[in-house]
Amino acid sequence: MHGHSTFEPKNGFVKWLEARLPILSFSHESFVAYPTPKNLNYWWTFGAILSFMLVAQIITGVVLAMHYTPESTMAFDSVEKIMRDVNWGWMLRYAHSNGASMFFFAVYIHMFRGIYYGSYKAPREVLWILGVIIFLLMMATGFMGYVLPWGQMSFWGATVITNLFSAIPFVGDQITVWLWGGYSVGNPTLNRFFSLHYLLPFVIAAVVGLHVWALHVVGQNNPDGVDIKDVKKDSVPFTPHATMKDSLGIAVFLLLYAWFIFFVPNYLGDADNYIPANPMKTPPHIVPEWYFLPFYAILRSIPNKLAGVVAMFAAIALLAFLPWLDTSKVRSGKYRPLFKIFFWIFAATAIGLGYLGAMPPEGGYVLAARLLSVSYFAFFLVILPVLGLVEKTKPVPATIADAVLAKH
Amino acid sequence: MAFMKKFGLAAAAVIGLVALSTPSLRAAEGAEEPQPTRQNWTFAGVFGTFDKAQLKRGFQVYKEVCSSCHALHIPMRTLAQPGGPGFTEDEVKALAATYTVHDGPNMQGEMFDRPGRPADYFPAPFANPEAAAAALGAAPPDMSLLGKSIKYERGFPKFLWDPLPLPGAVYQEVGPDLIYAILNGYTHDDDPNWNLYFPGHKIAMPKPLTDGQVQYKDGAPATVQQYAKDVSAFLFWASEPNMEYRKLIGRRVLVFLLVFAVLLYFTKKRIWADVAH
Ligand code: HEM
Repeated sequence: MHGHSTFEPKNGFVKWLEARLPILSFSHESFVAYPTPKNLNYWWTFGAILSFMLVAQIITGVVLAMHYTPESTMAFDSVEKIMRDVNWGWMLRYAHSNGASMFFFAVYIHMFRGIYYGSYKAPREVLWILGVIIFLLMMATGFMGYVLPWGQMSFWGATVITNLFSAIPFVGDQITVWLWGGYSVGNPTLNRFFSLHYLLPFVIAAVVGLHVWALHVVGQNNPDGVDIKDVKKDSVPFTPHATMKDSLGIAVFLLLYAWFIFFVPNYLGDADNYIPANPMKTPPHIVPEWYFLPFYAILRSIPNKLAGVVAMFAAIALLAFLPWLDTSKVRSGKYRPLFKIFFWIFAATAIGLGYLGAMPPEGGYVLAARLLSVSYFAFFLVILPVLGLVEKTKPVPATIADAVLAKH
Repeated sequence: MAFMKKFGLAAAAVIGLVALSTPSLRAAEGAEEPQPTRQNWTFAGVFGTFDKAQLKRGFQVYKEVCSSCHALHIPMRTLAQPGGPGFTEDEVKALAATYTVHDGPNMQGEMFDRPGRPADYFPAPFANPEAAAAALGAAPPDMSLLGKSIKYERGFPKFLWDPLPLPGAVYQEVGPDLIYAILNGYTHDDDPNWNLYFPGHKIAMPKPLTDGQVQYKDGAPATVQQYAKDVSAFLFWASEPNMEYRKLIGRRVLVFLLVFAVLLYFTKKRIWADVAH
């Protein structure tokens, strides 16, 4: 997309560099002149917030890794040493563990934003699918990171989740043994999880690069779901407008993050993870981290293990098909009265599933989880395809400038 | 539309029914324990700090009672760290010297015993958990993290506001509240292993504290309640010895961010002032 200004090197060194590696003009185009729809609301600051969190996780993680020992008899104690003896170790660790939660919190908002405003629709399908890939990588990273302190929940969470692979017909048991590097979760498992937990964030960073590239090819969607037609009238330059708004979004988000780090650092974690891993003693309730709970609830709501695993992965994979499951020609939920209602039912379904995932699988909880699982899949497979055909949408403004005018 | 309203109502009804029916379900299991009462701790909240005298008394209870069965896997020097019970370095040196530490090998390749030093960890009462289990029937947990490793379920909806910066919320003291409750929860005189608050009511540790058992030097009452309170506070500190500093830094960070966010807000407003959006 064509930007607001062009990059004109004045300084001799910059000219020299431009002729060899035009990185400065590229950055100028991408982060200064880049046209940003002027009607974006604060839900659009979450991309910047996520970028910030990714960097924060990598920096705190790299420093933690300098003090952490990925060995099953030493891992737990090494984390305690970080908490007690390493200078600022408690802050690094609480920042990293709560950072994972903040990262997921932000990514869920980012995704719901995308769904509400139809940001996955043409021409943003690839941008969206790259997002789904990032989400999968984040889940793998989060899961393996939680194993590293080698507490009770680390160990038993790893046992439960890796055991899921044994549901694969014929080769399931072999695959599970291969994942473990032994006949149960043990030191080899911890070691490879550490290796992968260190690796994956950089893979995420690379896919984020593609994600932002795709974004800059097709341009940002916006609350009204209409494309930029006239750069001058519909958009503002990224810097200073979006940069400043994103900075404010990040600062407010940091307030929440800091609150968790400094005042309620253990609220989101499980107390059981302060007990060293003990393969001989199963905790009464094995509960994954909160950000996996909706999917965990879907897994458990089906009595057959293989079917449960398939449903759980399908619940995530379906996201990638959203651009084609949603048949509506109108992009933004703002102009789709029926969609709006179903969107909020879907959001409530996801939260409800999250709550049920933390509860023991018994009695009314099981029934509720089943009903909500049906509701979850119905949103993708029934509601979205049908709505596009039957819904009477509201008139969509012709341009962003018109939409803004209508508001004032 | 009517269909949708019904669907929404049905979803709400399902969630409501589950929420209502569940406590009775749990009660039917027969394992229902009452929730511990929330105690007033000096270390709770945004401005919480430890009561040094209380930590000293709590340590005394640990040393004279708990330590005969429970390990406390922290370095003894922690006792002299700022934000703790406030023992002096010399006091900790003298205390450490009262312990015998197995060390080695020396230049002759032999293991030897020596007096403890502040950098040593508190020696454990048993060589390993198996030895503890053989002697006591079950292995008592190490106490270095007990203040944060035990919890009771707060339940819906309390868990929703426990983390929030509201008066009466910011609840991080689940651990010490439960320890305190358990130490005071031996309510069946005929069964020293029955506990009102312990999950399932059967606890392997028989009632550990009795009135008058520990002689405080500061005039605090020599009662089970007081001992329980002091040792719970001590254990919370042992699990989070940096808490005071953490909260101090946290307050500064919040103030900084708040000011920074306000400045950013006005800068942003200024920049967007001439753009209709
Ligand atoms: C590490 C994680 C992620 C980072 C750092 C990231 C970063 C960004 C950034 C900087 C933007 C532009 C600003 C904005 O619209 O908020 C963006 C847009 C977008 N992201 Fe992400 N993202 C991440 C994960 C995801 C995921 C998991 C999804 C979906 C499954 C996703 C879907 C999208 C979509 C559809 C857009 C375009 C939105 C629009 O223009 O309306 N992203 N992302």
